[in-house]
Amino acid sequence: MSASATSAESTSFAARINHPAARALIERHRLRWWEVLPWIAAIAGYFIFPGYLGFGTELLVAILFALSLDLALGYAGIITLGHAAFFGAGAYTVGMLADHGVWSEPITGLMLAALVAAIVGLLSGLVLLRTRGLTLLMLTICSMALLEQAANMAHDYTGGFDGLPNLPITPIFGVFNFNPLYNNTQYLYALAVLLACFVFVRTLVYSPFGQSLTGIRENLLRMHAVGAPVRRRLIICYTLSAAIAGIAGGLWAQVNAYVNLSSLDLDRAATVLIVLILGGYGRLYGAFVGAVVYLALEHFLARIYPTAWQLGLGILLVFIALFARNGILGLGEALWRRYGGRHKPSAPS
Amino acid sequence: MAALRRQAQAVGAIMSETRLETRGLTRHFGALVAVTGIDFKLAAGARHALIGPNGAGKTTFINLLTGVLQPSHGSVLLGGKDITATAQAERVKLGIARTFQINRLFRGLSVLENVYIPVAERMGVAPSMFNPAGKRTDVIEEAMYLLEVLRLGDVAQHRVSELAYGRQRLVELAIAIGLRPGVLLLDEPAAGVPSAESHIILDAIERLPEDIAVLIIEHDMDVVFRFAKRVTVMVSGAIFAEGTPKEIEANPEVRAVYLGQAGARAGDHA
Amino acid sequence: MDFATDLAGIVLGGLSAGTVLFVVSVGLSVTMGLMGFVNLAHGAFAMFGGYVIVLAMNRANIDFVPALALGFVVTAALSVVLERLLYRRLYRAGELDQVLFTIGLIFIFIAGITIAVGPESQTLELPPALGGQFNLGFTHYRTYSIFLIVVGLVIAFGIWLVFERTRIGAQIRATVDNRRMAESLGINVDRLFTITFAFGSGMAALGGGLGAEFLGLDPQYALKYLVYFLIAVSVGGLGSVLGVYYAALLIGVLDFALKLYLPKGGTIFIYVLTILLLLWRPQGLLGRKET
Repeated sequence: MSASATSAESTSFAARINHPAARALIERHRLRWWEVLPWIAAIAGYFIFPGYLGFGTELLVAILFALSLDLALGYAGIITLGHAAFFGAGAYTVGMLADHGVWSEPITGLMLAALVAAIVGLLSGLVLLRTRGLTLLMLTICSMALLEQAANMAHDYTGGFDGLPNLPITPIFGVFNFNPLYNNTQYLYALAVLLACFVFVRTLVYSPFGQSLTGIRENLLRMHAVGAPVRRRLIICYTLSAAIAGIAGGLWAQVNAYVNLSSLDLDRAATVLIVLILGGYGRLYGAFVGAVVYLALEHFLARIYPTAWQLGLGILLVFIALFARNGILGLGEALWRRYGGRHKPSAPS
Repeated sequence: MAALRRQAQAVGAIMSETRLETRGLTRHFGALVAVTGIDFKLAAGARHALIGPNGAGKTTFINLLTGVLQPSHGSVLLGGKDITATAQAERVKLGIARTFQINRLFRGLSVLENVYIPVAERMGVAPSMFNPAGKRTDVIEEAMYLLEVLRLGDVAQHRVSELAYGRQRLVELAIAIGLRPGVLLLDEPAAGVPSAESHIILDAIERLPEDIAVLIIEHDMDVVFRFAKRVTVMVSGAIFAEGTPKEIEANPEVRAVYLGQAGARAGDHA
Repeated sequence: MDFATDLAGIVLGGLSAGTVLFVVSVGLSVTMGLMGFVNLAHGAFAMFGGYVIVLAMNRANIDFVPALALGFVVTAALSVVLERLLYRRLYRAGELDQVLFTIGLIFIFIAGITIAVGPESQTLELPPALGGQFNLGFTHYRTYSIFLIVVGLVIAFGIWLVFERTRIGAQIRATVDNRRMAESLGINVDRLFTITFAFGSGMAALGGGLGAEFLGLDPQYALKYLVYFLIAVSVGGLGSVLGVYYAALLIGVLDFALKLYLPKGGTIFIYVLTILLLLWRPQGLLGRKET
């Protein structure tokens, strides 16, 4: 027994728990002051920009969708270009139930959307998550294209290419009406849904389960070697991520009162990926930052000159891939570490 | 070493008992025979070295023991129970842990998190979804303890990819020990580590609880003779010789096929 | 005779469309097999080449075949520049960064073409010799389709020959098999990749030009057919020339058959078959098993 081992032995439980590294891990899940800022901004936005609530609602839906992807891609490292499959599954659940007069209550409608999307996620996850890398990427694209074609073919139920317009969604709690001209209700409703889902995802990623997801992301083979049931964890994560994507899709159908094939296409899947990576994945708030930046740029630039927007977006993506792989938040963290003085413990996790 | 001694009791093995055994273990890759007809016994508390020239099938053998690969023929027994069909993750739960020849760490995570993950997995904490990881101070405490024993306490908060290679090898070891294995398979634990640092790893291995059965693949004969009570020599996928280090060293055939070259290399270093 | 005409249409039409799919995708397969690089922008090179070819013919009155050669050269040259400046920085990056980067490139190409040429679809006028119907004895079919099938055969055979019989082909095969081993044998993998990347992009350009007559050519081309290119490559097997050839022909014929008999959304079966195949053989039809 060497001297240092004896000294390690003599340090107490309390000393180990009070080690800075241990404290950082113990306090990791605690709310930090700045975490209320997005919500304050969202509520302030409601009062300051009453004319932009339609845009605001769209933004909240985009954040929710990107958040669902962050769980699968950012935390568990499941690289997918087919996440719109679940968004679309949720959207069509709400749309078809409402259009055919089966179910039009919004809150339970979202729960059904989550359920259907979760089932799609579970089934496809059981099959797809046996593969990795390029094969997985291809399979996610193909299964999404499959759903899109199915929705296109089942014209009688889904409206085919034209989709289902003018969905009759009943008022929330039987009181608050969705009004296409004034988006007050939609905005606050979407905000509440986002908050609920965010709390869920945040709890999840800071749990031991979330920690094991990051382990799978960082080193799959090692996770097998520490005895983790890797595939089961991935399937659970994928299913939960699909459910949240389904809620985002259902919400999108409800606030717009329509659903169409665009909810299921490669464009939407690529966009949510771009939004998340632009903000920074595996960081929870990347979805917020990415969605705000992306939608704001799109909203204002695309109106002036759509092609220039596309060109700018392309250049931005190339730039991020080459120089800022952790997105805007990652860039911010790097600058903070460099010029903010204090050494920050490593992120993400 | 209190926690590791606790672990020793948990394992509860009798010293002479055979922990791990293989019978006629064989693995082909197409026409290539990587491992053939291996009958091998690892006793509880063993300090056993596996040596042999490159390509002798040592790592394939480890992969068969841990369940990464399935044998073409033969069986693997743990404590007398046939585990040939048992999946890798289940074997870990039964007490077989390993380290890798090339580091397989959670590179983007902190050193503490790297050890938190196996400890949480072993304690059955990992499936918990709705409580913060930080609430499980028992897991954190044990992980910190392991880091202190391996003299990694000062870098516990660092990202593991920022560490020097030698210290990353220690994290590799910490992850395996965090699983509290009854059988520990070490695949060249000091490979790639500058000799000035390798003694830390060897010290750590020497301080492992006595009743853990340790099988170490190693090229450095000094390490083998210092550490091992028993040595198995593998050549071309089969066991070539087995015995005490002295017997192996004295065996003229072993010297001819293997020790000659390796000894010469070791001599160059010294 | 009706069925025979249908069958000829499915087989010949399918084979000619499959040929175009092959010519575009073969480069993608080899470069992905070599470097494991997920190059979603490969279709953008096909589009760019198609534009060079069509514009050369329509605006500069260059003949079809010289225009094809021009498209090949210009696109290959552009790809070398992009490869040297940008792509190679991401060889060791994760798939995610590669996906993001190449999606970005697609957008740049789409916007660039829209600004430079305009959003409208371009039409390619075939030379008269290729325009008419060809008498096959039992039926007549479009001369251009027959031409494409023959060209495809020649190209596939040519590339296969290069792969199997030349030094550079052997180097490519060795590198696809095991890159680290190839590097340790002294193969200059970087240079090899630049060459195959340029050649693959040139082939894509050729495919863009050859297919423009019936696939159309507009700035959305790079995205519209991307899934098909990816399916051909992953079904065929990364790095396998013959695999992509068979897969592309199969997809082409299947697509024509489904369009005829199941005009409403018959393509769904292509996705189903692709998913089933990839689950059965993740490495594709003729791909090497990943280690």
